Amino acid sequence: MNLVLVAEQTLNGLQLGVMLFLMAAGLTLVFGIMNLVNLAHGSLYMVGAYLATYIFQATGSWALSILGGLGGTFIVGILTEVIALRTLYERDHLDQVLATFGLILFFNELVAILWGRTAIYSTIPQYLSGHVELGAGLRYPLYRMVIIGVGLAVAALLWYVVTRTRLGMLIRAGASNRTMVAALGVNIRLLYTIVFGFGAALAGLAGLLSGPVYAVQPGMGELILIQVFVVIVIGGIGSIRGALAGALIVGMVDTLGRAFLKPMLATIISPAAADTVGPSLASMLIYLLMAIVLAFRPAGLFPARG
Amino acid sequence: MSSALLEVRQLCKSFGALRATDQVDLAVSEGETHAIIGPNGAGKTTLIGQLAGNLRPDSGSIHFSGEDVTRLATHKRSHRGLSRSFQITSVYRNFSALENVSLAIQAHRGHSFRFWKPARTERVLTDPALELLKKVNLETRADVLAANLAHGEQRQLEIAMALASRPRLLLLDEPVAGMGIEESQRMIGFLAGLKGSATMILVEHDMDAVFALADRISVLVYGRIIATGTPAEIRANAEVRRAYLGEDA
Amino acid sequence: MPAPRTLVLFALLAVLAAVPPLAAAFNEPFYLDLFRRIMIFSIAALSLNLILGYGGMVSFGHAAYLGIGAYSVGILAFYDITSGWLQWPLAIGASAILAAAIGAVSIRTSGIYFIMITLAFTQMLYYFGISLEEFGGDDGMRLKAKSDFSGLIDLNDPTAFYYLVLALLVVLLWLVHRIVNSRFGRVIRAAHSNEARTRAIGLSPYPYRLAAFVIAGAICGLAGALLVNHTAYLTPDFMNWTRSGELMFMVILGGIATTSGPLLGAAALLLLEDWLQGSDLLPKDWVRDHWQLYLGLVLILVVVFAKRGLAGLFAGRHE
Repeated sequence: MNLVLVAEQTLNGLQLGVMLFLMAAGLTLVFGIMNLVNLAHGSLYMVGAYLATYIFQATGSWALSILGGLGGTFIVGILTEVIALRTLYERDHLDQVLATFGLILFFNELVAILWGRTAIYSTIPQYLSGHVELGAGLRYPLYRMVIIGVGLAVAALLWYVVTRTRLGMLIRAGASNRTMVAALGVNIRLLYTIVFGFGAALAGLAGLLSGPVYAVQPGMGELILIQVFVVIVIGGIGSIRGALAGALIVGMVDTLGRAFLKPMLATIISPAAADTVGPSLASMLIYLLMAIVLAFRPAGLFPARG
Repeated sequence: MSSALLEVRQLCKSFGALRATDQVDLAVSEGETHAIIGPNGAGKTTLIGQLAGNLRPDSGSIHFSGEDVTRLATHKRSHRGLSRSFQITSVYRNFSALENVSLAIQAHRGHSFRFWKPARTERVLTDPALELLKKVNLETRADVLAANLAHGEQRQLEIAMALASRPRLLLLDEPVAGMGIEESQRMIGFLAGLKGSATMILVEHDMDAVFALADRISVLVYGRIIATGTPAEIRANAEVRRAYLGEDA
Repeated sequence: MPAPRTLVLFALLAVLAAVPPLAAAFNEPFYLDLFRRIMIFSIAALSLNLILGYGGMVSFGHAAYLGIGAYSVGILAFYDITSGWLQWPLAIGASAILAAAIGAVSIRTSGIYFIMITLAFTQMLYYFGISLEEFGGDDGMRLKAKSDFSGLIDLNDPTAFYYLVLALLVVLLWLVHRIVNSRFGRVIRAAHSNEARTRAIGLSPYPYRLAAFVIAGAICGLAGALLVNHTAYLTPDFMNWTRSGELMFMVILGGIATTSGPLLGAAALLLLEDWLQGSDLLPKDWVRDHWQLYLGLVLILVVVFAKRGLAGLFAGRHE
């Protein structure tokens, strides 16, 4: 186990963490402000990936595919909110879970109709493929560095918007006391739609960034969605800070666990046993982590509501 | 050596910058009926919340019958003999009136890890429940769903449920809230009948109720108790009149 | 004259009892299979109804116990322990223990947290199931042999198996009915209806909810044991979270907090799925190949418009 490997895996963990953050930020805002459980958030991630891939294949322009992916997902998000989700704000969580579950089935199948069931692979443009020399023999894919960069930039942007702008103030107020914000005469409907669209765009961004790294296929959203739930539970509902902290923790623990748990176990128990137990345990790590955090902090690490 | 059943010392609770409960001292003796009055926003509900156990005070103490119950869980306080009714009616809307009271009795009669026998057939629950409903004049409405009871009847049901545990101290949060004149009078009469056999802390706006029932009154303004005394003393107190009873003091 | 709902329930059970002879008469063994599957899922749904319908605990992880029950039987069979007398109690016991562990952590939370946590734990078990290479991993494996009850009943005989499942369904429906009306059931329903009030009268919801969670898990574990015998195939898909979603749908579609609800819901959902996938009335390319799209739409519409579910159609007094 050499340092280069550790550094590489740490960067991978950071990359996963950043992607999880993009997803978690949108989801936690929607939870926090609109009290809406939206299982179809993963579908928006998928839509972003598919739109970007399709546009890139059609036009060859990465820039266009980004714009198309972001804009397209934003629009799909707004449409979904206006058509299907508005009726759910007043309903209890069970209804929201079931209705958005229906949405998942709908979107997955829609995508299968349009693009088929087999995975499609989106390609990275030439100027983004290749590796970066990070010194000490560590070569890291440029594209993944880009993901990390974009993610951190978005985190900074979100921080700015949430803490320094009027919109951000409304968002923070709404996350801790929804009724008060409504009572103050703010156009709640518009705020909700904007927040939802915003969250959808973030999910779409995560999706289009992830396309080249993971497979683009129906159901891809649900795989990452569960991890996003873990992030939000650990970080605390309604807070961007919690989403970031949770995402980085989960990203790191999951990646490093998968990479190093088996070899680490092999030093304690027999390599054969480590071989069987290791991968299983590694895939369960983040859930065990979640259980531990909940034991001490039932509301997560940084909940928005005190 | 005080015979105080409930002793509250220097109770404090803040929500951010707002001091909802500000160094409150209170002592209620056995058999006493003590009213807490004050303008809206004075912190009455917060105080009741801390006495009942759904809010944790920041500092200070609450002693019930000599025992420190400051951090005791709500459901355990019920078993110590401290019972409450809610300001905003909080009955089980899908249960009948009888089932409501029956459940309140069930909580104190044996344990509830019984999986087989239908609870409706347990005479040991329904007989006392019916008795209590009779006491609050609801026995003809025993099988009506709580959601279908009139508002005043629901308030009566609240009281019946609070009494089900045979409490030593009753915390009544605005028992006549939202009731018409006749209903209020009946409720006041009923509560007057309880005087002596139960210790009561009454949070109320309705001055008729307060002056008819209270042995002593505490006045809560901005989280602080500005005066405690007999009804006559309070009526005469200049500060109270200024702060609460109105500008025509 | 029993309530309309009770009549519906008895009618349904009578229909179910009549399926094997009818299927034999019309030479359609497929229906025997289909209705047996419906009954097994009815059992899973009724266990979820206890905690979700009556208790208001939105557990998105209930399919986990289907998996645990199934794997208990499957793994033992793999090692040539085929006695149902051993396998099935183990399936129930293992499910109960895991439900206790998961419940102990999850029930301390509520609302959105509870939903997400139960979902996360189920996924954890799903991934664990996938990682079990020896038992087929991702693809699963065939069940080595059906559970053996020392000649008392032969699960390889479709009709005998069918009536066993029916008998179990009837027993469990009755059992849950009694639980719901007992002191314990009252507390569960009360805690759902008004938690603050429940604490105020002196009851802490936690131990009762945990017990209900364990009971529901155990019953679902039995359903899992039945399911793996029915499909003769063991797969981690039993624990997939979409399966949990399906179970929740059965409960709400049938009508929460009703006795016949789970049965109606399971029948409706499975029959709908079967129809969407197989009916000659529907165009193949547009509908049958993509039946999940339509299922999704139906589910959304049901949630938005038909809150009280099918049993609500036969409603007597307000529930």
